[in-house]
Amino acid sequence: MAYTEEELKKELETKEYEYGFYTDIESDTLPVGLNEDIVVAISKKKDEPSWMTEWRLEAFKVWKKMEEPEWANVTYQKPDFQAISYYSAPNSKPKYNSLDEVDPELLDTFKKLGISLDEQKKLAGVAVDIVMDSVSVATTFKKTLAEKGIIFCSISEAIKEHPELVKKYIGSVVPQKDNFYAALNSAVFSDGSFCYIPKGVRCPMELSTYFRINQAGTGQFERTLVIADKGSYVSYLEGCTAPSRDENQLHAAVVELIALDDAEIKYSTVQNWFPGDKDGKGGVFNFVTKRGICEKNAKISWTQVETGSAVTWKYPSCILKGDNSIGEFYSIAVTNNYQQADTGTKMVHLGKNTRSTIISKGISAGKSQNSYRGLVQVNSRAKNARNFSQCDSLLMGNECGAHTFPYIEAKNKTAQIEHEATTSKIGEDQIFYCNQRGIETEKAIALIVNGFSKEVLNKLPMEFAVEAQKLLEISLEGSVG
Amino acid sequence: MDLKDKLVSSFMAFENNVDVEHPVHDIRSEAIKNFEEKGFPTKKEEAWKYTSLKGLQKIDFSIFPKEVNALGYKDVKKFFLHEIESYKIVFIDGIYSSFFSETTHDGVDICLMSAALTKPMYKQVIDVYFNKIASKDESLTTLNTAFSREGAYIYIPKNKMPKKPIEILHFSTGNEASLMLQPRSLVVVEENAEVQIIERYQSLTTNEVLTNSVTEIFAAENAIVDYYKVQNDVKTASLIDNTYINQKSKSVVKVHTFSFGGKLTRNNLNFYQNGEHIDSTMKGVTILGYKQHVDHHTLVHHIEPNCESHQDYKGIYGENSTGVFNGKIIVDKIAQKTNAFQQNNNILVSDKATINTKPQLEIFADDVKCSHGCTIGQLDEDALFYLQSRGIPKKEARALLMYAFANNVLESVRIPVLKSRINRLIAEKLGVRLGFDL
Repeated sequence: MAYTEEELKKELETKEYEYGFYTDIESDTLPVGLNEDIVVAISKKKDEPSWMTEWRLEAFKVWKKMEEPEWANVTYQKPDFQAISYYSAPNSKPKYNSLDEVDPELLDTFKKLGISLDEQKKLAGVAVDIVMDSVSVATTFKKTLAEKGIIFCSISEAIKEHPELVKKYIGSVVPQKDNFYAALNSAVFSDGSFCYIPKGVRCPMELSTYFRINQAGTGQFERTLVIADKGSYVSYLEGCTAPSRDENQLHAAVVELIALDDAEIKYSTVQNWFPGDKDGKGGVFNFVTKRGICEKNAKISWTQVETGSAVTWKYPSCILKGDNSIGEFYSIAVTNNYQQADTGTKMVHLGKNTRSTIISKGISAGKSQNSYRGLVQVNSRAKNARNFSQCDSLLMGNECGAHTFPYIEAKNKTAQIEHEATTSKIGEDQIFYCNQRGIETEKAIALIVNGFSKEVLNKLPMEFAVEAQKLLEISLEGSVG
Repeated sequence: MDLKDKLVSSFMAFENNVDVEHPVHDIRSEAIKNFEEKGFPTKKEEAWKYTSLKGLQKIDFSIFPKEVNALGYKDVKKFFLHEIESYKIVFIDGIYSSFFSETTHDGVDICLMSAALTKPMYKQVIDVYFNKIASKDESLTTLNTAFSREGAYIYIPKNKMPKKPIEILHFSTGNEASLMLQPRSLVVVEENAEVQIIERYQSLTTNEVLTNSVTEIFAAENAIVDYYKVQNDVKTASLIDNTYINQKSKSVVKVHTFSFGGKLTRNNLNFYQNGEHIDSTMKGVTILGYKQHVDHHTLVHHIEPNCESHQDYKGIYGENSTGVFNGKIIVDKIAQKTNAFQQNNNILVSDKATINTKPQLEIFADDVKCSHGCTIGQLDEDALFYLQSRGIPKKEARALLMYAFANNVLESVRIPVLKSRINRLIAEKLGVRLGFDL
C-alpha cells in the first residue's frame, strides 16, 4: 500500500521527542528570581574568589539596564526572568574521579541519551565533560590530557585552579555588556567547560561537552572558554538535550574561543534541545552568544547542526584580527512544527589577507520559520579580505518560511566578497527518480536532504556526523511537501 | 526650529492655499498626523541603518517657493531628451511651467496633479487611485502625502499608447538659499495600454535642494510601463524618491535607475504584485565619487502565484562615496511558482569608499525559485592587462571594463536616444571618451 501524505503527517505528529525523559535525581536548587543576593549566592556556592563575584555583579548591573533584543525574526512569549531558578545542581557529591563513583541514575540518563560514557571512552577516544542542569558532573580522560599539558575541566574548577588564565581571557571576546543574554549569562553562569591547549600541542582526541537541562523551571547558563595557545590545535564538540516539558526552558550560553598565533580551533555543535510538541507547546529557548577571535595565521571553524529548540537565536562569529587568519562557518538548521530559528554568523575582517567562508543550509518544514542572518564586515585596513557566502534554503510544505538577511559591509577596495542564496523545494522529479528505482518517498527525502546538507555534514567529526545524519532524518520524518 | 517642527507648523499655512473641503484633504490631515508622530527616520530604524538624514535636517529649507523664476530655454535645453519628440511636464521650483511643457488630452491625459486634484472630471480616477498604494505609515511618504498638491498626472485609457515618451522634469533655480520640494505624481495605465516615462530632477545652481517625492503607478491587466529615473544632479541636491507600483495580472513594469549624481539619494522602490503572470524588473547603474551617498531600497511583494521579478543593480564606487543596496523579496504563502531573482554587483575603486549591501529574502511558499547573489570586488587584472597589451591606455581600459560591467543594465533600455545619452553620461563619469558612439 502506498504511503500517503496523511499517514506521514500523522507519524510525524506522533513522533515523540526521543530524549524527553526526566531523571529523578535530587537537585539542589536556588529559589526562583534574580537579584544581587542570588548572584552572590551562586558565586558563593561555587566557592569563587572575590574577583569573580565582582565580575558577576558588574555584569548584573549592566544587565539590569539592558532591554531584551527584539530585532530577530522570531516571536515568542518573553521569559519572565524573575520566575526562573538560576542554579540547580544534581545533589550528589560534586566531584568524581572515575565514572564508578557517579550516581548510577545519572549514568542511566547518559545511556538513554545514547552517550554511554564508558563506551565512548573506549571506542571513540573522546574526552567528555558533562554539564547537567548547569553543573559539570564528569570529565573523562583528564589524566591522558594532563600529560600533554592540556587543561580540560569545568569552568568553576578552572576559576579555582587556573585563575590567571580565566582572569585574562574571560570576557575578552564576549564582554559582559555585549548583549542582553551575554550580560545575563555573565552574571549567573553556573558552570561550563574550560579548555587550554599549550603552545604547539595538537590535542590527541576530540574534546566534548554534553549539556542537559533536567530540573523543571530552571535556566541553563553555561560558559565555555577555549584557549588555543600558539601553534596548537583542538577539535571541540558540544551536544545538547533537554527533557520535554510544557513550559519553556531558557538556555543562554556564552562560548568564547581564543586562537592565538598559528592556532586552530574547530568547534562543532549538535544542538537537539527539546523543540516543543507538535502544537508548539514547551521547548527550549536557545539564546546563545558564541564568538571567537583569531590572531595571526589562526583559524576558527564553527560547524553546527541545529535541530532542536523552540526558538533559536544564535550567531557564532569570528573576529579575524590577525593577518592571514581564517574564519569558517558551516551550518545546518532544521526547523519543524512551530520551531523558529534565527541563526547565522558574523565575520569581521580586521587583519590583512583574512579569509572567511560561510555555508549555511536551512531546512524548514511544518509551520516553522527559519532565518539566516549574517554579517560580513571588511574594515578599511583589511587588505585583500576574501569572503564567500552561500545560503541555501529548502522548504517542505507550504506553511513554513525561509528568510535570509545577509548584511555585507565593505570599506576596502581590495575586498572580494561573494554572496549567493537560493530557496527551493525538493523537486518532484527528484523524488520520482528515486521512486522509480524502488526507493520509497520517505527514504528519498532523507537521501535528498542528506545530499543538500553534505557540504556541512562533511565538516563534522566522524562520530558526530553519524549522529547528525540520524537527527536530520528524525527531525524531518514525514514532512513530505 | 528643526525641520520637522517647521514642516508640521507650515501645514496650516498650506491649508490656506488648498481646498480643505475636498475629500483629498482628509487624507492630507491624516498623513500629517502620522508624520508628526513618527518624525524623520533615524539610523536606529532597520530600513535607515546605513543612511542618515541628520545632516539634511539641520538645513533651514524653505518649504513654499517664491514666485516662478523665469528660465531661458537655453538654460534647460540640454536636460531635455528630445526637443519635440516627447511630451514634457516641467516644474520650476516645484511650480508648473507651461512655457516649457507639452501636455496633452488627446486620447490620453498627460497633465498636472494640481488639476487632477481640483477638477471634477478627474475625481473618479483620484477616488480610485490616489494614495491607495503609497504607504500610510512610512513617515517620509506621509509627509509628502500631507503636502501633496503638485506633480505629474498621467492617465492612459484602455488600449492606448501615447505617441511619444513622456519626460517629467523638475528644475530648481536656486531662487531660495535652500529649498525643499515635495512633488506627488500619479500614473494610471489601464488594460492593454503602454507608456514610457523618463523622470529627472535637476538643480541649476549649488544651493541646497531636498526633494521628497512620491510616485504611485498602477498597471492594469496586460499594461506595459517603462519608467526611467535619471539621477545626475549637482553635489548639493538630495533626493528621497518613493515609488509605489501596483501591478495587475500579466502586466510588465520595468524601472531603470541611473544614479550618477546628487549629494544623498535614497530610492525606495516598492512593487506589489496583485495578480498572476506579472513581470517586474528593477535595474540600476550607480557610479559615484566625492562624498556622494546612494541608497537603493527595493521591495518586491509577491502576493499571487506564477509571477516573476528580476533585480539587477550594478555599482561602481570611487573616492569617499557610499553605496547601499537593500533588496527585499517577500513571497506570500499562496504565491507558488514564483521566480524571483536578485543580483547586486559592486566595484570599489577607492580605499575610502564604502558599500553596504543586504539582499534579503522572506519566503513563505515552498514551490518557488528564488535566488540572490551579491558580489564586491575589483576589476579583473588579467582583463586589464589584456587590453593594455593591445595598446589601450590603462585609464581607457579600466573605463571599458567598467562600462562592460554596467552594460547589462543598459541593454534593456528601450528608448534609443536615452540609451546613447546614458552611455555618454557613463563615459563622462568615468572620465574618458569612449571611441565608439553607442
